[in-house]
Amino acid sequence: MTIHSRQRLVVVGNGMAPGRALERLFEQAPEAYDVTIFNAEPRVNYDRIMLSPVLSGEKSFEQIVIHGDGWYVKHGITLYKGARVTRIDRAARTVTAEFVPAGSLGHIPLEPTVTVPYDKLIVGTGSNPIILPVPGRDLPGVLTYRDLDDVNAMLIAARARGSAVVIGGGLLGLEAAAGLKEQGMDVTVLHLMPTLMERQLDPAAGHLLQRAIEARGIKVITRANTKAIVGNGRVEAVELDNGTRLPADLVVMAVGIRPNMQLARDADLAVNRGVVVDATMRTSDPDIFALGECAEADGQVFGLVAPLYEMANVVAAQLCGDDARFRSSATATKLKVTGINLFSAGDFAEAKDREEIVLRDATRGQYRRLVLKDNRIVGAVLYGDTADGPWFFDLLKRGEDVADRRERLIFGQSYAAGGIPLDPAAAVAALPDDAEICGCNGVCKGKITGAIAGLGLKSLDEVRAHTKASASCGSCTGLVEQLLKAQLGEAYNPAAVQPMCGCTELGHDDVRRLIVAKELKTIPQLMQELEWKTSCGCAKCRPALNYYLLCTWPGAYVDDSQSRFVNERVHANIQKDGTYSVVPRMWGGQTSAKELRAIADIVERYDIPTVKVTGGQRIDMLGVRKEDLPLVWADLSAAGMVSGHAYAKGLRTVKTCVGTDWCRFGTQDSTGLGVRLEKFMWGSWTPAKVKMAVSGCPRNCAEATCKDIGVVCVDSGYDIHFAGAAGLEIKGTELLGHVATEPEAIEAIGALTQLYREQGRYLERIHKWARRVGFDTIRQQIMEDAERRRALYDRFVFSQSFAQVDPWAERAAGKDAHEFAPVAELALPQAAE
Amino acid sequence: MNAIAMPWVEICALADIPSRGCRVVRTPRGRIALFRTAADEVFALDDRCPHKGGPLSEGIVHGRHVTCPLHNWVIGLADGEATGADKGCVRRHPVRLEDGRVFLSLLFTDEEKGSS
Ligand code: SRM
Ligand SMILES: Cc1cc2nc3c(=O)[nH]c(=O)nc-3n(C[C@H](O)[C@H](O)[C@H](O)COP(=O)(O)OP(=O)(O)OC[C@H]3O[C@@H](n4cnc5c(N)ncnc54)[C@H](O)[C@@H]3O)c2cc1C
Ligand code: SF4
Ligand code: FES
Repeated sequence: MTIHSRQRLVVVGNGMAPGRALERLFEQAPEAYDVTIFNAEPRVNYDRIMLSPVLSGEKSFEQIVIHGDGWYVKHGITLYKGARVTRIDRAARTVTAEFVPAGSLGHIPLEPTVTVPYDKLIVGTGSNPIILPVPGRDLPGVLTYRDLDDVNAMLIAARARGSAVVIGGGLLGLEAAAGLKEQGMDVTVLHLMPTLMERQLDPAAGHLLQRAIEARGIKVITRANTKAIVGNGRVEAVELDNGTRLPADLVVMAVGIRPNMQLARDADLAVNRGVVVDATMRTSDPDIFALGECAEADGQVFGLVAPLYEMANVVAAQLCGDDARFRSSATATKLKVTGINLFSAGDFAEAKDREEIVLRDATRGQYRRLVLKDNRIVGAVLYGDTADGPWFFDLLKRGEDVADRRERLIFGQSYAAGGIPLDPAAAVAALPDDAEICGCNGVCKGKITGAIAGLGLKSLDEVRAHTKASASCGSCTGLVEQLLKAQLGEAYNPAAVQPMCGCTELGHDDVRRLIVAKELKTIPQLMQELEWKTSCGCAKCRPALNYYLLCTWPGAYVDDSQSRFVNERVHANIQKDGTYSVVPRMWGGQTSAKELRAIADIVERYDIPTVKVTGGQRIDMLGVRKEDLPLVWADLSAAGMVSGHAYAKGLRTVKTCVGTDWCRFGTQDSTGLGVRLEKFMWGSWTPAKVKMAVSGCPRNCAEATCKDIGVVCVDSGYDIHFAGAAGLEIKGTELLGHVATEPEAIEAIGALTQLYREQGRYLERIHKWARRVGFDTIRQQIMEDAERRRALYDRFVFSQSFAQVDPWAERAAGKDAHEFAPVAELALPQAAE
Repeated sequence: MNAIAMPWVEICALADIPSRGCRVVRTPRGRIALFRTAADEVFALDDRCPHKGGPLSEGIVHGRHVTCPLHNWVIGLADGEATGADKGCVRRHPVRLEDGRVFLSLLFTDEEKGSS
């Protein structure tokens, strides 16, 4: 028998509530417990409330992870991902889990089940989404909205565009609808009641919200009672009881949640609406805690994180032997749909002893409603302008008597204080220290101001890193900035020049100016002269400086490959498994039998797993081993192909259409011009990538009007466009101007590119640069000032005379060989017995 | 958990590693990244980012840190720890610099050693 010095703590469910409890526990007693976690979801703890931004594409999953794998390693936690606990044996004090079938999870464990003993157990199984008991609910294509798998399934369904029906017009349903709309689906929301979010909003406010939702192109049907979901093998439509039939490729049910307490019930723990716990968060078995959405504490169950985090604090304290107690308090929430501001806190149920104060301002689309009881706020809804939300919420939580300012109360903090609008910083300064600023992470004002003073924090990012305030949904960012301002005064100026990075106070433009003024020629010299604060910069400034020097001193500056991101250093795109992709140029999107044959041979010779046609009219070979890169390139060079710079902050592709060569509508030789432009411009380094296209007529089959630079051929010549975008942002181009001949078009484009090279900040795409400096200034310099255009063009041509060396041919011939081979191979010595 | 260190093995010359760069040593236990800073210090870490296993050897080296190429975690070369708000640790291995030559010893846990 082994004697365990540490107690064994087992956690069922790896959601936000247990995650917080463990954080607190490790702060207080890092060595007290050996922790094992089982999570039915095959992943680490993430910020579930941020799934909507992931669905809408505003965030990636990585950005919402709360505890990365490293955190578990650091705290010696055994985390079983994709393992569902099926049994708690209270007599033996063990739990047994089975592994969720692998599917996409990658591996099938050898043991189908695992049993571990516990001294203390935490049940944090969360909630299950409610599934309406209608026919067809099991059809493929019918989803709920609860975890990352749901979001991924929705994103996959959304790829085909098509139509989606969201059942449920509450917070979750509306967030899902907005996200699916962002993803390009045709979305309808069905809501059973006459108005949206009827529990929080009165009918008038419900209509305001409905209007805002409809304004984004989402259809809303209220009083909609779903009768059936129909489809042959997969969802096809939703039928309402009034006979309406709505076509649907995807159905999302967001009609509510139910605490997930089956496991606890099977273990004979007391359950009611949730797993019943006392104020110490213990279940009917004193060694078993429950917390999170599955727990019923103080006679209530909860569906928002703030009270769950309160539970987490109590559990952590109890595990350390401190006598903390849980008391439920009011909760506040915010609709997380960009562009719609809705804040609601407390309780809105109508009752005899309750009064209301309502403010409506239809022209400004504003609405406020306070519910009072005994002169105390018990509920608050703000729509439109939600800045006063925290202030109302604070009054609500402290149960303050508001009799003396009732008539001014609804206008918010600045007026209630006495009629003179306070400046917002002073208003925040007036909040008490225990006023909650960040609802998601339960951070109060005192903690933030304490951290600013104690740790000398200077920026929003620092406050986020140290206190977590404003690090989740971000709706309190404004408040946190006000606190910084109140505390640092002049020293905090968010509008001031953004330094390039933490290594300097200078902004990008200052640095570029000083490079020219002081004739700075190398990175070490620059860092010395401009008083860099770090010994050799960081991963943000070094690539930028390398580009600025390269652009300023063509031919003279020696590229610093150690300051380049790996893709540009090894001239291929790193993939998630550490292999690389190789994309050769196909000038203007044209290829030949010879090139295709060479590619086919290379793919077979080096056993390249994937060959794909890219979105840029060329071929990508993915999954090439690093050590094979020089060999692949040598073979491509032999067939006359050069690097496509698919990895570069430089010229990427020039897409073309078939133009006068073949097309019955073609007005000019668009393919030829595309090829000539690509041959003229390849190899150039730019602040961010540059993508181009040439279309043969205004039908625009090469999509030239969403590129960084595009040409649309017309009968009378060439319309030159610029500043389009079709990635993170979608933006049609602006017209730069019209020219009559091809040489004029090429000169204007070369000049435009050079202007961008000289003024753009590192990583700033053309459209952002143009918006910053002004479209007209650029037009004027390129189209009207012939001398300036010529000078810019000449500088571009000069720079190109050094740039057009194929990096692949160089490396195939042995340059930077150290990049592609290990420095040594080691064998293990025999284990000594 | 006990760790076993291998005897020193001579790997290469300091000059074989680019300044503010890295070279990889392949071992039966995985890839080890040998970093050289601007001040000519050498550090050895497992070539696996604690975040998602990214190849740290491909990152940009600055000061006594390297930035992972996949999602920009910044790892301290001296302690193997992720910096800032990120949490995670990479295993370090002993290195020695003598007359411009780099020597490496490898750390293995009992289990790893036993199962070889
Ligand atoms: C291969 C390709 C996808 C495909 O299979 O079709 C691709 C692949 C990648 N794109 Fe892309 N993009 C590809 C066409 C596009 C297009 C469409 C186009 O070019 O016509 C766009 C939208 C147009 C645009 O750029 O505005 C596009 C917008 C992006 C963005 C968003 C850029 C932005 O500023 O909005 C990124 C992220 C970034 O650059 O920071 C990105 C980043 C990436 C990266 C480099 C991600 C990364 O950092 O690893 C991917 C590299 C994969 C690889 O190793 O090859 N890719 N990417 C396409 C290569 C085109 C080519 O032949 O060079
Ligand atoms: C889309 C969305 C938006 C939201 N927005 C907000 C918001 O704006 N504000 C807010 O305050 N709240 C919001 N919420 C609610 C908030 O996310 C939840 O209250 C919170 O995440 C619940 O935490 P938890 O730890 O109790 O449970 P969960 O986070 O649900 O975690 C439970 C975990 O346990 C696992 N599990 C269950 N049973 C077992 C078992 N037998 N064995 C092993 N593992 C098991 C589950 O797989 C799950 O991963 C939102 C929720 C969603 C889905
Ligand atoms: S190829 Fe482009 S769109 Fe596809 S996953 Fe990569 S970055 Fe995203
Ligand atoms: S793998 Fe290194 S930062 Fe993600």
